[in-house]
Parts: sequence; C-alpha cells; structure tokens
Amino acid sequence: MTYKSQSVAKLYFIAAIALFVAQILFGLIMGLQYVMGDFLFPAIPFNVARMVHTNALIVWLLMAFMGAAYYLVPEEAETELFAPWLATLMFWIFLLAAGATVAGYLLLSYSDLADLTMNEMLPTMGREFLEQPTITKLGIVVVALAFLFNIGMTILKGRKTVVNLVLLLGLTGLAVFFLFSFYNPTNVVLDKFYWWWVVHLWVEGVWELILGAILAFVLIKVTGVDREVIEKWLYIIIAMTLITGIIGTGHHYYWIGTPEYWQWWGSIFSAMEPIPFFMMTVFAFNMVNKRRREHPNKAATLWALGTAVMAFLGAGVWGFLHTLSPVNYYTHGTQITAAHGHMAFYGAYVMISLTIISYAMPLLRGRNAANPAKSQTLEMWSFWLMTISIVFITLFLTGAGILQVYLQRVAENPQPFMAVQDQIGLFYWLREIAGLIFLVGLVLYIASFFVGQDEPEPAVAD
Amino acid sequence: MTASTQAIPAGTDPRRPPGDLAIWIFILAELGVFAVFFAAYAFTRMNHVELFNQYQQHLDRRAALINTLALITSSYFVVRAVAAIREDNPRHCVNWLLAAVSMGLVFVVVKLGEYHHHFVVEGVNLSTNTFYMFYISLTFFHFMHVIMGMVILSAVAVMAKKGKYSAREHTGVETGASYWHMVDLVWLILFPLVYVMR
Repeated sequence: MTYKSQSVAKLYFIAAIALFVAQILFGLIMGLQYVMGDFLFPAIPFNVARMVHTNALIVWLLMAFMGAAYYLVPEEAETELFAPWLATLMFWIFLLAAGATVAGYLLLSYSDLADLTMNEMLPTMGREFLEQPTITKLGIVVVALAFLFNIGMTILKGRKTVVNLVLLLGLTGLAVFFLFSFYNPTNVVLDKFYWWWVVHLWVEGVWELILGAILAFVLIKVTGVDREVIEKWLYIIIAMTLITGIIGTGHHYYWIGTPEYWQWWGSIFSAMEPIPFFMMTVFAFNMVNKRRREHPNKAATLWALGTAVMAFLGAGVWGFLHTLSPVNYYTHGTQITAAHGHMAFYGAYVMISLTIISYAMPLLRGRNAANPAKSQTLEMWSFWLMTISIVFITLFLTGAGILQVYLQRVAENPQPFMAVQDQIGLFYWLREIAGLIFLVGLVLYIASFFVGQDEPEPAVAD
Repeated sequence: MTASTQAIPAGTDPRRPPGDLAIWIFILAELGVFAVFFAAYAFTRMNHVELFNQYQQHLDRRAALINTLALITSSYFVVRAVAAIREDNPRHCVNWLLAAVSMGLVFVVVKLGEYHHHFVVEGVNLSTNTFYMFYISLTFFHFMHVIMGMVILSAVAVMAKKGKYSAREHTGVETGASYWHMVDLVWLILFPLVYVMR
C-alpha cells in the first residue's frame, strides 16, 4: 500500500464479503424453495428471499467496486485520496441504508414497507432488482455522488492514467443510468424500456468498463507488462463493449411491445457482445504469458485469469445462447435466463471483485506483497470450489431450461408452467447440491483470511 | 512486452499488416458486425424479393454512385498520404490527409441530402417496412463509421503537422489509413448490395 488513504478500501471489501455471504445463504433458501415450496413459509416467502438474494448481490458488488476505486485510484493517480473522511462517512451511510433495507424486506410485508417509506410521494418500488424503497434509492444517489466527487477530485489532482479514466467513465455511467430507476412511466412498454437502461446498460455496458479497468490494473501489477500495451488492449475492449453493448440492449426489446426493428438491432448487435469478452480472455492470458516478474500473489493472478475465462463463458457464450430473437422467442423468461445470469454475474463481476480483493487485501493488512503460502493455498481451493460449483449450477439450470422450453413451449401438447416445474425438480435438487458446495468454497475463502497469519510471506522475485 | 500488440516500425516486417496490430483486431471485429448485417439483409431479401425490389427503386442511385467515387478517391488520397510520409514529406502527407477528409465530407453532405429526402420528404422511418429498416440501419451504421474515420484521419493530420511522423516512424499514419480503407471497403459491398443488386 503506497498511500495511507487507500486503507479506506478495507471497510468496503469487508462489508462486500459479508453481504456476499448473505446473498449465498438466501440463494440456498430460494434454491430449496424451488423444490420444497413451503420451506420457511411464512417467515421468508420466495419473493422476499429472491429480493434479498439479488439486492445483496448488487449492493455488495457496488461496495466492491467502490472499494476497488478507493484502492486503485490513489495508486494510479500517485496522490492521496481527495477526502478519505468522506469515503468513510459514505461507507457507513451506505451500509446502514443497505442493512435497513434488508431488515425492511425481512420484517415487513412489501406493501407495509412501501407505506412506511412513503413510496406514494415518488413511486419507484416494485420493479425487479430495483425493489429498494425510494428513500434507499435517494441514499444510493447521495453515496454515488459523494463517491464520484471524491474519486474525480483525486484523479484531477493527480496523474491521469487510462485505467483511472476508464474506471471513472464506468463509474459515472453507473451513477447516471441508475437515475432511470426514478423514472416510472405509466405505459408498461415504456416502463420496461427504460428499466433496462438501468439493468442492461449497467451489466452489459458501463460495468464492463469498470471490470476492464480493474482487470487492467491488477494485470499491470502482477505481470509487470508495459502499461502502454495493457492500455491499448483496454481501449479496444471498451470500444467493442460500447459498440455492441449499447444497441445490444435491443435483445430485451423483442417481446415487450417495441417496434419490430429491435428484433434485428437486438439480435445483430448483441450477437457481437461476446467479442469484447473474448478479447479480454486473450488479453489476460497474453499478459500473464509475457509477464516480466513472478508476483508472489499467485491467488490474485488465478482470480484474474478466472475472471477472463468465466466472464467469456458466462456472459459471452451463455448470453449468445439465447440472444438471437428467433431463439429467444422460445427461451425468454425460462431457466436458460437463470443459467446465464448465474454464470455471468459470478464470472464477470463477482470474480473481478474477488480479484481486486485478493490483490489488495494482503497489502491493506500490512503485508509487503502477498499472503503466506498456506493462506493462498486455501484461497485457491476456494477459487476452484466456487468456480466449479457455479459451472455445475449453470449446467443444471441449462438442463432445466432446455427441458422447460421443450415441455412448455415446443412440444406438440405444451404443458402449463407448474406442471413443467414438477418435472424438472431433479435439476433443481442437483443445483441446490452444487449451491451447498459453493457455500463450502465461500467458507474456505473467508477462512483463508485467518489461516497462516504468523507465517512468513513468499519471497518476491522480480 | 508482447510482440502481438506492440507497435512496430512501419515497413520493417513484410509479414505483418501495416499500422498498429491493435487496429486490425478492431477492424476484424467491425467487419464481423457488418458481415452479420449483410448476411441478415441477404437472407431477409430472399423471403421478400418483391418488397426489396420495389423499394430499392426509391433509392437515389446517382447520389450513392457519387459517394462511391468520393470514398474511392479519398482512399487514393490516403494512399498518397502514406507514400508521402514514407518519403519523409510530412507537409504533403498532411495535405493528402486533408484532401481525403474533404472527400469524406462530400460523402457526408450527399448522404445527408439522401436522408433528408427519405426522412423528411417521404416520411420514411425504421418501422415503414423491412427494406427501409435495413437501408436505414446499414447506411446509418456505415455513416457513423465515415464520421469516425474522418475524426481519426484529422487526428493523424494534426499529429503529422506537429512533426510526430517520419519515414522511419509513421505507424499512426498507417493505422489511420487502414481504418479508412475498411470504411471504404464496407461501402463497396454496401453500395451494390443495397442500391444496385436486383
């Protein structure tokens, strides 16, 4: 750690991991509810578990992105953070808001939560992933603005690197597109149309810039390859991301009442969305192969390579599977979507968060470069357990999805939704088992922060 | 250091494409998008031959021909710009680049005239019919590339004017030229496909 103010990142990373645990626990609850419908009913109904599962994911990823920015921006800009106290203050506000919101989900009925938070004054609740009470959304805006101000001022007063500028562009986009969560047209087509401006333009647009910037930063650090080379790759990747991803929003506009040309625009542009992810894979392996130093943090390098591969598989390949409109006609809203969602979120955004945490945490905790071998070994075990189990979750959900599409939409005598759900129960059971193994991986991951702390660091070989 | 992405001095290795290798990755990706678009056009036309033939008549082939000539000429100018810098003549290089950009400007003006006719006079939009959907999507996507190419060539011209390039090191000129030729090449497929072939 070169600059003292970078240490604020530690708070964000710890909270991110805690919320990660909550996300997985509620995922397991929901997974069981798929096959045992009344599990934990009425205490935690399915819709509440789902809300906590998805919202906790989003919040912890935001926490990790903010932590990443607070860590890497000062280092790239070669200056202390503009206002470390503001970063700490915003952390507590964000954490309290997130905690209160989850408590609201769990303790109150959703309609009571809406009444309590005076949703009727500015109605924004009730849309998938954006279920947060309006007051929480306003809190997120305040936190995001203060965060951007802090990061922006730091970049302005320091060295301007491509990594920092791409990161700032991504984070600004994140804040700007979130504003569409306040726009609730009564026309249901327009409502969905703009809802995707938050959801799609986040994960298939600006978040990819954040992902690219963090990956580039870690690769510069662990490989020692020239910055210019890495920056050139970053430029090409983000250009392709934006060219394909922005109009690629159209793959959500097939069946919601928008004009027909979206069938073409959506299909053609989103079919190209795997390209930047493929470039990212080539980029990461290329850089590691041409490395000029043997960085002792092997775990961080593993996470970085894992991100590149799994993001391509999850976001690229599994996204392409159902992105063409003639295919999507049959697959939309089935378990195929869930399969893609799980591997894409894990492969792209969870893994990049764990990459930067893996790289930065040892430094934030006062080590020279890396954790002791014992701790890294455990961390790498957790990498493989979590990654392999997400692959299995994805495969089982894909199996469930294919069967669902056939029975419900393709077969000569299509069956109703619930009748089909009964027949794909086996896949849900297998998914739940894979989920439990994921939890074991997560427990080992957390344990890796505590084992072998007294042992010496692996030697730095330049 | 990776050999595959690092800029190499121009003309030193005949096995390598001119310019920065990065632009070729980009060009490949761009051509991929256009290829899918062209294929989609071709397959859709197969099922709607009469509709496509009927509305193709409404297109201004003369304007498109002028634009074809403008782009081919601009590509020639770009070739001259690269030749000039190889002879260590940055002043000529700048002039040829500006000539190429002005040909790009001709393209833009003619195209805007064409759009004015279709959008304002005829009142066509993306939902009018499948042919116009493709016409507008394809030509507009290409139109944006022409503008992008003009920005790139202008940036290269500014750099050349500042004396950043020489006979020994002019990767930037070749990079910009490669991109511009791609824009030209795509039009050379787009023009017969959308305007002429029946």
